[in-house]
Amino acid sequence: MIKAVLSGDMPRSSVLALVLGLILVCLALAPFLFPGVRTVDTAARICVFIVLVASYDLLLGYGGIVSFAHTMFFGIGAYGVALALTHMGRGFDAILVGAAAGALLAAVLAFVIGLFSLRVRAIFFAMITLAVASAVAVLVSQLSGLTGGEDGLTFKTPRALGPAFKFGDELFGVKLNGKLLSYYVVFIGSLVLFLLMLRVVNSPFGRVLQAIRENDFRAEAIGYRVVYYRVAATCLSAAVAALAGSLYAIWLRYVGPDTTLSMEIMIDILLMVVIGGMGTMYGAVIGATLLVLAQNYLQNLMGVAGSLVEGVPVLPQLLDADRWLLWLGVLFILSVYFFPTGVVGRLRRG
Amino acid sequence: MTSPILATEGLTVRFGGHVAVDAVSCAFHTGELTAIVGPNGAGKTTYFNLISGQIPASAGRVLLRGRDISGQSVSQRTRAGIGRAFQLTNLFPNLSVFENVRLVVQSKAGQGMNLWSMASRHAELTEAAEAILTRVRLIGNRDQTVSELSHGNQRKLEVALLIALDPAVYMFDEPTAGMSVDEAPVVLDLIAELKEQRDRTILLVEHKMDVIRTLADRIIVLHNGALAADGDPATVMASDVVQEAYMGRELEDV
Ligand SMILES: Nc1ncnc2c1ncn2[C@@H]1O[C@H](COP(=O)(O)OP(=O)(O)OP(=O)(O)O)[C@@H](O)[C@H]1O
Ligand SMILES: [Mg+2]
Repeated sequence: MIKAVLSGDMPRSSVLALVLGLILVCLALAPFLFPGVRTVDTAARICVFIVLVASYDLLLGYGGIVSFAHTMFFGIGAYGVALALTHMGRGFDAILVGAAAGALLAAVLAFVIGLFSLRVRAIFFAMITLAVASAVAVLVSQLSGLTGGEDGLTFKTPRALGPAFKFGDELFGVKLNGKLLSYYVVFIGSLVLFLLMLRVVNSPFGRVLQAIRENDFRAEAIGYRVVYYRVAATCLSAAVAALAGSLYAIWLRYVGPDTTLSMEIMIDILLMVVIGGMGTMYGAVIGATLLVLAQNYLQNLMGVAGSLVEGVPVLPQLLDADRWLLWLGVLFILSVYFFPTGVVGRLRRG
Repeated sequence: MTSPILATEGLTVRFGGHVAVDAVSCAFHTGELTAIVGPNGAGKTTYFNLISGQIPASAGRVLLRGRDISGQSVSQRTRAGIGRAFQLTNLFPNLSVFENVRLVVQSKAGQGMNLWSMASRHAELTEAAEAILTRVRLIGNRDQTVSELSHGNQRKLEVALLIALDPAVYMFDEPTAGMSVDEAPVVLDLIAELKEQRDRTILLVEHKMDVIRTLADRIIVLHNGALAADGDPATVMASDVVQEAYMGRELEDV
């Protein structure tokens, strides 16, 4: 049963299985285990980033294709839902239309970019995605009439997903309101998308992608049309990234360039996939969880640590909460140095 | 005689000013094993590259079953029936031995674009891949990662991938190069077996005289990219041009 759900791709390490199980339980019960606006918000962000990073892993870790346009696809999905909810009213139909349109547009755009550049060389694709993503980011900030420009768009989601909607009293001290439902839309949506991707990477198609990453020359010589597979992977990955963006928009009830389109997020995605372990899918779970937690709590942790060593020379300055980015960088370098195959690769080796 | 399955007409490629393959016209028939010989740099591998499509020809055509395939990509030609094992081992280094062969079997079954089923649940692909591994005596290394394999076993796997593909035209480029004396016979026996089937066309680039003597139905000689001799083994080996220029030096009995 579990094997079927995971498409036969078992964690293959008891520690990894334990960690993954723990993350799953924490995310599934986040509103009950960690009540609080900020913590549930963190949990939702982890869910969305797991899907986003996993879709990037499909491209980079399985297909060996480097793309810098992943946040663009993420943004297309988010803006799709935002625009649909703004113009069609706050219904579930608007969410469906927006998400479907976003995913479709992302896939079409990926198809065009892929067909033009993947024929040539994989590195050319990376450069094109960088150019297109920058152009789209500029476009979004310029078309402020439609997109809200730098300010972004604030919109209303269906009433049933808002805090004002109550469907019961309390359960274990947690208010049964629309915000709770909204979290579970994000959680279940993310879980389903993740399991679907796990399915894809373990399908015959996923195996071909791995073969292409390993040796595209030989993949072609045993009969696989490499360009087709690369383009298909790009489209699929773009569509899933867009759906992750849609989930994020539903949760935030806001979209803006900073939350979906920025290069900073693109760098986050890269860090998450590398730290977690490329080409494993489970690496996305570990990487996204670790990094989102670090981003949210490292600052606090350092504030505490800084006050503990008050009076000692130099240390308080180093541990100043404003230096958290520096420490994140240090953590990243250490993790890549000690776990070149990512956390998952390290755990699987035992 | 029946019409040839594979033919090259005036096949030529130039690298800058250097003509690596020079107007080679040659036809190959089903059931025939042709040995291709010539000194280092004669253009044997390049001739293969032109036939299987890794390099576009500067001039001339490649015909498969009478159809011009010069414009086709490598994968198209592979699916049309031209298979290739490489002189320099060319595998999927971080995948298992089994997965390497399974990928070929899967390609042949046309399952590559299947996104939904589980690859590991395709029992027919698994069985076919294991059968190939048994044939090339690599079943004991089934789950080993290719990069950990000995050189000899990597060469065997190189051949295994071609056998798994089972094309109409087999092209072997020095399949036993660098193999030990006890490893080489496994590969040579497989080639002999293929030849006995009499329904495949085999092109074999080989330096070892005794191998050619036992296997070849015909020998063609390339020299500076051009076809220097073509005929049955006894005649070609006895010909002056071959005796003097190449055989004496190149094909010294090993
Ligand atoms: N891509 C290329 N670009 C430039 N020159 C090339 C290229 N490929 C082959 N050559 C040249 O073409 C000539 C023929 O090379 P080829 O590899 O076909 O020889 P070969 O007969 O297979 O030799 P060997 O017995 O050493 O394998 C050589 O002089 C080689 O340097
Ligand atoms: Mg050669």
